[in-house]
Amino acid sequence: MRRFTWFNTTSLTLGFAFLYLPMIILVIYSFNDSKLVTVWAGFSTRWYGELIQNDAFLDAAWVTIKVAGISSTLATVLGTMAAIVMVRMGRFHGRTLFSGMIYAPLVMPEVITGLSLLLLFIGLGLDRGVFTIILAHTTFSMCYVSVVVSSRLISFDTSLEEAALDLGCSPLQAFRLVTLPIIAPAVISGWLLAFTLSLDDLVIASFTSGPSATTLPMKIWSSVRLGVSPEINALSTLMIAVVTVGVVTASLISKRAAVQQRRDEQAADRAGMA
Amino acid sequence: MAETIFAPWDDPNAKPLIRFRNVTKRFGEFTAIDDLTIDIYEREFFALLGPSGCGKTTLMRMLGGFETPTEGQIELAGKDIARVPPNKRSVNMMFQSYALFPHLSIWDNIAFGLRRGRMPKAEIANRVEEMLRLTRLEKFARRKPHQISGGQRQRVALARSLAKAPTLLLLDEPLGALDKKLRQDTQFELMDIQERTGTTFVIVTHDQEEAMTVASRVAVMEDGRIVQVATPDAIYETPNSVYVADFIGDVNIIVGRADPQGDKVHLNWAEGQPKFIGTPASPFEKGQTCHYAIRPEKISISAQKPEGATNTVEGKVLDIAYLGNISTYHVELAGGQVIKAQKANNRRISRRSFTWGDQVWLSWTDTAGILLER
Amino acid sequence: MRRFALIAVPYLWLLALFLVPFIIVLKISLSDIALAIPPYTPTLDLSEGWAGIRRFFAGLDFENFRFLATDNLYWKAYLSSLQIAAVATLLTLLVGYPIAYGMARAPQEWRATLLMLVILPFWTSFLIRVYSWMGILSTEGYLNQLLIWAGLIENPLTILNTPVAVYIGIVYTYLPFMILPIYAALEKLDESLLEAAEDLGCSRLTAFWLVTVPLSKQGIIAGCFLVFIPTIGEFVIPSLLGGSRTLMIGKVLWEEFFSNRDWPVASAVAVILLLILIVPIILFQRNQQKQRETDT
Repeated sequence: MRRFTWFNTTSLTLGFAFLYLPMIILVIYSFNDSKLVTVWAGFSTRWYGELIQNDAFLDAAWVTIKVAGISSTLATVLGTMAAIVMVRMGRFHGRTLFSGMIYAPLVMPEVITGLSLLLLFIGLGLDRGVFTIILAHTTFSMCYVSVVVSSRLISFDTSLEEAALDLGCSPLQAFRLVTLPIIAPAVISGWLLAFTLSLDDLVIASFTSGPSATTLPMKIWSSVRLGVSPEINALSTLMIAVVTVGVVTASLISKRAAVQQRRDEQAADRAGMA
Repeated sequence: MAETIFAPWDDPNAKPLIRFRNVTKRFGEFTAIDDLTIDIYEREFFALLGPSGCGKTTLMRMLGGFETPTEGQIELAGKDIARVPPNKRSVNMMFQSYALFPHLSIWDNIAFGLRRGRMPKAEIANRVEEMLRLTRLEKFARRKPHQISGGQRQRVALARSLAKAPTLLLLDEPLGALDKKLRQDTQFELMDIQERTGTTFVIVTHDQEEAMTVASRVAVMEDGRIVQVATPDAIYETPNSVYVADFIGDVNIIVGRADPQGDKVHLNWAEGQPKFIGTPASPFEKGQTCHYAIRPEKISISAQKPEGATNTVEGKVLDIAYLGNISTYHVELAGGQVIKAQKANNRRISRRSFTWGDQVWLSWTDTAGILLER
Repeated sequence: MRRFALIAVPYLWLLALFLVPFIIVLKISLSDIALAIPPYTPTLDLSEGWAGIRRFFAGLDFENFRFLATDNLYWKAYLSSLQIAAVATLLTLLVGYPIAYGMARAPQEWRATLLMLVILPFWTSFLIRVYSWMGILSTEGYLNQLLIWAGLIENPLTILNTPVAVYIGIVYTYLPFMILPIYAALEKLDESLLEAAEDLGCSRLTAFWLVTVPLSKQGIIAGCFLVFIPTIGEFVIPSLLGGSRTLMIGKVLWEEFFSNRDWPVASAVAVILLLILIVPIILFQRNQQKQRETDT
């Protein structure tokens, strides 16, 4: 039986205070009327107003969402393929190199990934902008997607696929009708992960973009380098709010699905006994 | 040569090793142990038997020091240990999951407890070797727990808990994880080791056969209370309630009204049927509801009405369960009551005397069945 | 055929956008800076055929690496990156372990929520999380305001733009990476092992040292690598919180590239950084391998 002891309660309280207080302070001070960020001068939403009128931020936000949407979708397709190759394809020539290239980007410092991709794009003579950022983000996100999906594929019961083949499916149909629906949650969380990684990225985007494209993190970066600014506080608050709502909703949905499933099973058991 | 029978519980001068005095344990609203009093004597092999949730594990965990009683005292050798932490009592426990440390070798697992004291290294080594010999594990000393079989793991757990030579060893479903054959062998091994080391064992089990085999006394528990404490044969032959009779072995229960006749009781169980005669467990009044408990193996089955038997009744064979060595016959009596009777299969099955639908006679003596109040 | 296509698509993508770029970095690290577009020589000119390739290889040398070896700045940056990463990893472990422990020992119905609370910051912008400390740690920041108000200090402390701020930033942003593997290890820990240790004479604290810590070793090692490896090449945290006094190699590389426009030197810095990282990365992979083996 596990319960809260004073030690555990203290360490959890302090730990979560450390994790959340900085963001809570940020959110509170985003409603500060004063231009001096650290001095409280009453409640106001004026910085949100100014933010909405700031075209540069809106443009950057649009670029970021476009990049994240496209690159995460591409990364999900490629990453799922890579996961299937890793888990299901057995041995083939160059498998070691392949798995190396899947895992290496996860631990690679962003400055190196960014630099190397930039040098490639220059070597190829590509115009740097939204397109090159998408290529770069797809490359490193697909590795994360493939790790998430392959961990689900490993625990996947292959006899389900064999049953589908036995019942007359082609391998492709078996994948589409049986495997894909079952690994779908992992694919979706892979997509979400890829999307947030892309939204979040500053370093790789800075290397691989050109003057034509500025992402939101790049825009934030150029203003926070000069110090704390109330507009950035407001923007941060909005971003935190979106993420919190998203994550909490997602976990509530999955929790409800789990509860529903348990209820269904119990009802079925009762019906079976009667 | 008079051999003294080991029965300290019958000796009024014997000092119990463990005394539970009015112990109650509550978890929130739930009462796990309800005002329980019991004595356990030195060198006993004491079994706590009951279905899951009856409180037997809680009782054992209180002995180990993992739970403290809400009320009452627990004495070990005359001292109240209710609030002594587990590492400060000379009681060791063999866990149901064995709880072997996966990061330590078998040798280090056994030495673990010894190293907590101030024992010199050489002595620790000697003691570990001794334990390895006792449990026949010498060959596996350097292996890790996941490199040995389930039966060997069970022996490591036993060796580890015995290494400190505790005054009391607790065994929580020690054989639950083993398959049937291995379990039977291990039961005798446990008894042997208990005898050789002279340690008091308290075992928790839900397996009545296991309790009957190993224990000197068995306590049958229900809902946080002890229903009966007695030697295995007494529990089997003279259970004090339908619950105990039913929990241990197979039993027929026939409900009826009592009609005391001297030291026997006649049971009126159905209109127009001969009364059954049995030995009462406690005095009955005329007309009182009572339960006639009789074991299937005590009932004879025959084609003709047997002469001179105290209890005879006619019925029809409903079902036969062939178990190899014996067969159990389900016989329906006139009132619809079904009684199980067992017969040893001393003939080939093809020569069986009775078959489905046959009219047969059941008979038993007046001491075979016992009459219970509840 | 289908199998071939399935392997080929992600394989070629990674070859083209992961491996080839590294070869280019390696090549440019051996080139010289030039006032041209692109700003380095030699460039490979295949129109000249074989002679062009020969001239190209002849133009490569280890000049940049020699430069890195002689210039103190780079050595110091590498060493200080390693040192900052090591200290920060230790600090993160000290902060993270009790949290992971508290989570693993919390009642079952709480654990999913606690886990979500640890993962939630993951989804929040890294940049914003680092930025949030700027307002707290600056001279006129909230921490100094609090300490002065409480009467603990009279003059504001300088924390921002010092290594201390970098440590705080790293511990803060990488904490989930430390907590999650340790939590995973502790959560699997069978409670009866601790009871067995106590039963055999351990106090709570000894049982913790002799049973809990060794059995969460894999989680501790995984967590430390997950913090240590990316921290070495960290750029955002030292740039925002460390000020000019904090020297870290990620920042040096960035400045070499964007400010000095010296691509060959930046590439050489990257190559050496990669060489330094290979050791911990291989050790980490081994640890993961071992963990997978013990799990099955």
